[in-house]
Amino acid sequence: MPSPGSSLRILCPNGHLGFAPIKTASFRIGLDCAPELICADSGSCDVGPGPLGADVSSSPVQWQRHDLEHMLLGARRLGVPMIVGSAGDTGSNSGVDRFVGIIKDLAREHRLARFRIGYFYSEVGKDYLRRKISAGDAIDGLDGRPPLDLATLGATDRVVAMAGVHPYIELLDRGADIIIGGRSSDCAIFAAPALRQGLPAGLAYFAGKVLECASFCAEPYAGKESVLGEITMEDFKVTALCPEQRCTIASVTAHTMYERPNPFYEHFLGGYIDMRECRYKQYDERTTRITAPKYIPATELRAKLEGAGKLGERYVGLVGVRDPYTIQNIDAVIAWARQQAVERFGPTGYELHHTVYGRDAILGALEPLKRSPSHEICVVVQAIAPTREMAEEVCMTGTRQMFYARLPAVKGTAGGVAFLLDEVMPASPAYRWTVNHTVRLDDPLELFPTFIMEAGV
Amino acid sequence: MTTRKLSEIARTIRSKNAGIDKITFDVIFAERADYDLVRRSGVLSRAAVCRIFGLPESRITDYVEFDPALAIKFTILRQVTSGSPGDADIFGSQQYGPLLDIAVPTG
Repeated sequence: MPSPGSSLRILCPNGHLGFAPIKTASFRIGLDCAPELICADSGSCDVGPGPLGADVSSSPVQWQRHDLEHMLLGARRLGVPMIVGSAGDTGSNSGVDRFVGIIKDLAREHRLARFRIGYFYSEVGKDYLRRKISAGDAIDGLDGRPPLDLATLGATDRVVAMAGVHPYIELLDRGADIIIGGRSSDCAIFAAPALRQGLPAGLAYFAGKVLECASFCAEPYAGKESVLGEITMEDFKVTALCPEQRCTIASVTAHTMYERPNPFYEHFLGGYIDMRECRYKQYDERTTRITAPKYIPATELRAKLEGAGKLGERYVGLVGVRDPYTIQNIDAVIAWARQQAVERFGPTGYELHHTVYGRDAILGALEPLKRSPSHEICVVVQAIAPTREMAEEVCMTGTRQMFYARLPAVKGTAGGVAFLLDEVMPASPAYRWTVNHTVRLDDPLELFPTFIMEAGV
Repeated sequence: MTTRKLSEIARTIRSKNAGIDKITFDVIFAERADYDLVRRSGVLSRAAVCRIFGLPESRITDYVEFDPALAIKFTILRQVTSGSPGDADIFGSQQYGPLLDIAVPTG
């Protein structure tokens, strides 16, 4: 338990484990630095709502297995714990089960001596949320969203809650050697073992925030390389392990604001850290030292929820245009095609999107140059409908009818657009993020059931 | 008055999702003098961001100067949630284009 002068050295090989394989050379260097914990985050909502909604992983199982194998063999050889959070991209129950299964298989395959796997789930039942709403316990919206209502919940296929440090600490207390976590706040995955050891909460959570993307906190830019963090009673130090990289004040501070709306605060179940007073110092050539992040405990326990719901089946079409007059009037061409869809299918019951590359596809309404399109453009047509058959036909209408658009002064009367393919292509079903909310908890473990099992021989 | 493009002065100009409903922009400088030059010039501010992207001020959730990183950072609410049909930048990683050519008065 806590003793002044204690510290924790954490080796982190990867951010979003599985999205691309780790570079093993710098990980091996890290194993030689006597780490006391090997830890990585595997989650991201950057991949869009599809993987959570459909309960699939956006990473190939071979890459997940590759990284887990290196981490597991390293951790067992050194006899130190290994923690992976937000298993399988989304942290759904199937992602946790998949990672636990991989660990058990690897243990058998490598004939590892027996050890304990701890794991927990993060999925939230819709009935639980429905009861909360009905009882008047508001599921508050984030980022300007209104409170969750029953209709939106009904249109949701899967919800996960972001765990804090609590299930990790619980599993460590129960003797877990390897922990596979469901959806979790990135920083909590790293902070849990440090807090359990009595290290200061501000430094523990801050360390997690810096380490969670591994070598993204170092320069020059390189992904999937390992970094080493050390938390003490006084400071946190982070060191780049890839020989070409260094952790500098510039690279670490740039990372503290990466993917965050604000560089000064980081919220999680149980509180937040205030980084306004943080001090950064170049400790040695490859290491930056940070002091003075503050932990502010929450007055109320609220867990963040992520949920996705299916919109329908999807087809995609591609349309090219070279005629400058047609390009100038592309909105009229799109309107014509959409009108044909309305005449065939009515105005509702499907979605039809035309995205104009070469004009404003990427920024949409925010594009300052939308009035000066390129000399050639590509329109990507997406149709979403309840059945694949209907999605295909809506998409074909929205695509092929651009060929027949009636522009009064067009010179080319043998077809108004160019087709790369005279067909439309099946795509993954369309989903949307339906839930970006928080729910009040009585107990920080109430949504995160924990389990322990044995593996190895 | 002479000007230089922001892309010639800043070391990093990037955008990225900050959660599913927001996109955050980071403009990071290698030198303190460049950071000071740009933030004092007024070419970046809440109002300037609104003008550049044609946004109402209500869509800007954060605008901060982050001294330890020599960075100007702002965050906007998305029109379309990340990954919904019609969103063509799921990661929000290509929204910074209009910042590159901002003319910064240099004297």
